[in-house]
Amino acid sequence: MKLPLLYDVALALLLARGRQSLVAAIGVTFSITMFIALLGFMSGLNQLLDGLVLNRTPHIRLYNEVQPAPQQPIDRYTGLDVGPARPHNFIRSIKPSNELPRIHNAGAIIAALRHDPRVRGVAPKTQAQVFYNVGTINLTGTISGIEVAQEDQLFAFGDYVTAGNPLSLNTVANSIILGKGAADIMLVGVGDMVQITTVKGSRVQLKVVGLFQSGLLEVDKVQSYTSLTTAQKLLGEANNYVTDIQVKLCDFTLAPPLAQEYAQHYEVQALDIQTANSQFETGTFIRNLISYAVGITLLIVAGFGIYNILNMMIYEKMDTIAILKAMGFAGADVQRLFVVVALAIGLSGGAAGLLFGFGLTVAISHVPFHPASLPTVHFYPVSFNPVFYGIAAVFALITTYLAGYFPARKASRVDPVDIIRGK
Amino acid sequence: METPALEARQVIKYFDDPVRVQVLHDVSFALGRGEFAAVVGKSGCGKSTLLYILSTMDTAYEGELLIDGVPMRGKKEAALARVRNAQIGFVFQFHYLLNEFSVLRNVMLPAEKLGKLSGPEIEHRAYEKLRILGIESEARKKPNQLSGGQKQRVAIARALINDPLIILGDEPTGNLDQKNAEIVFDIFKELAETYHQALLIVTHDNDFAAKTHRIIEMEDGRIIPQRP
Ligand SMILES: Nc1ncnc2c1ncn2[C@@H]1O[C@H](COP(=O)(O)OP(=O)(O)OP(=O)(O)O)[C@@H](O)[C@H]1O
Ligand SMILES: [Mg+2]
Repeated sequence: MKLPLLYDVALALLLARGRQSLVAAIGVTFSITMFIALLGFMSGLNQLLDGLVLNRTPHIRLYNEVQPAPQQPIDRYTGLDVGPARPHNFIRSIKPSNELPRIHNAGAIIAALRHDPRVRGVAPKTQAQVFYNVGTINLTGTISGIEVAQEDQLFAFGDYVTAGNPLSLNTVANSIILGKGAADIMLVGVGDMVQITTVKGSRVQLKVVGLFQSGLLEVDKVQSYTSLTTAQKLLGEANNYVTDIQVKLCDFTLAPPLAQEYAQHYEVQALDIQTANSQFETGTFIRNLISYAVGITLLIVAGFGIYNILNMMIYEKMDTIAILKAMGFAGADVQRLFVVVALAIGLSGGAAGLLFGFGLTVAISHVPFHPASLPTVHFYPVSFNPVFYGIAAVFALITTYLAGYFPARKASRVDPVDIIRGK
Repeated sequence: METPALEARQVIKYFDDPVRVQVLHDVSFALGRGEFAAVVGKSGCGKSTLLYILSTMDTAYEGELLIDGVPMRGKKEAALARVRNAQIGFVFQFHYLLNEFSVLRNVMLPAEKLGKLSGPEIEHRAYEKLRILGIESEARKKPNQLSGGQKQRVAIARALINDPLIILGDEPTGNLDQKNAEIVFDIFKELAETYHQALLIVTHDNDFAAKTHRIIEMEDGRIIPQRP
């Protein structure tokens, strides 16, 4: 049959129950709006929190830890596997050799990694344990020697420098970017000098060129940054002394297998981001799950709204159904008619919901938000991921279809004789 | 011999609610093209029940129903709906117009459903049918703005729109005054004689019945054999 007729009849039915239809459509609009806004907001926050970790953490960290010898000399005598009578060895006399946690042949490894097509960037780092001298008191601290430009490019280092210019580390000799917490304790600011003591006992004067705030108070009390060469000088090591190689990958999901590969290939230890931050993924997953659950619940409630209005409409329009059937509409036509009514409510409500959802998300993104830990964030973070809109649209379609399907099926089974006889 | 437009063979109908009652007993008759028949009988004798079976809306019966020689038994619900749409026009005692649509659109609906003609053609035909029934001036009104007699005439126009082979009426003039009942009667007669449509009209109006070609009298679910 011609579809326009069906649409005309559906429209007439909708208009006959205009107000209730509108309320049902508004129900859908509301639920889609909330679904979009909720997911946009939640995943904005998720991205922010993940970014906190992902931006600042290398996807793979190569390092060399002080470790005991894997095979004690006595093992060579007793052997590792000589049957059930194997004597137990409890002598472990050989301590770790006196070696600094450096990566051997760091220059070559970095060069090789830069040629790896899976790698987006590599930044070397040298960690040094120091004491900050504050009057007569010494505070423990960690200074990381970094290549500022690379660190900024890969880990947005500059975002966390709240005062001063990070690039001064390269231009000013013996300069340091102090953790905000440490600077507060030492009562120094940009331009002041601080004195530190290295593990080897030498005292060095460094000029503060910037302050650094990670957002984690404990870190900011301890952590400071300097250039790679300054850190190597503090340690009294040559300019090839590197303790960490930080690798950023093009696709961070490849981190675990690549970490293994690098560990084997370069004979270093390698830690991938997934292992280092497994709890973050869990948090993200649960937040997403809750948003989806709430959103879908709202949609189902809206679906019941449509179901109700349709049932009411069918109950009221029994005569119409009967006469349509007497005129030659088949049950299937009647069913299609009411499904069209339901879809008209659902789709109009849903389309409005998508728009309002977008609008609400935009509104949220203009609400001021100044988390202490995130100096670069000024508004609530939101996500405009089109996937949410797709899911919302598909769910609106499915719920309205189902909400319409069952009443429509009932309508298609109305026996016109019963109705006509009943008059 | 010409195939009858409508033929019932030994139609039996039971109602099971609240107890099993047989309402139609072996009803057999044939209605030829151009034949205008009236069905009469006491209230409760099964006239409406028979009409619903003949209209293909009620399928729970025993026996055979043939429309234009085609047996209706075993046809699917959708196929029966097509038969109703194309070949049967039904006028009820109550008009059953859709108040959401204009009078004109109400008349057009079965033709739109049939989908054989274009929109303007259907509209033209609908006007024509309304004119035959003398209510073309009401075409743009809504059904609830019409009088009872006018509504009934709209319902008749609607039954005629697809030029059905058979027109069934269940007391179509029951709500009309003498004058309007006569107008409707004249129209029916013209349909039968000029357009060779078969008409089967249930009526309590003896004058009306007397003027038709043939009277089918029912009693307790049976057709009383006519004396020649
Ligand atoms: N749904 C039903 N369930 C049980 N019995 C029914 C049902 N419909 C009708 N009947 C019975 O069937 C019989 C025939 O009813 P029907 O409506 O065909 O009578 P009718 O001849 O049209 O009467 P009227 O002239 O008053 O319209 C009646 O006795 C009625 O009680
Ligand atoms: Mg009756």
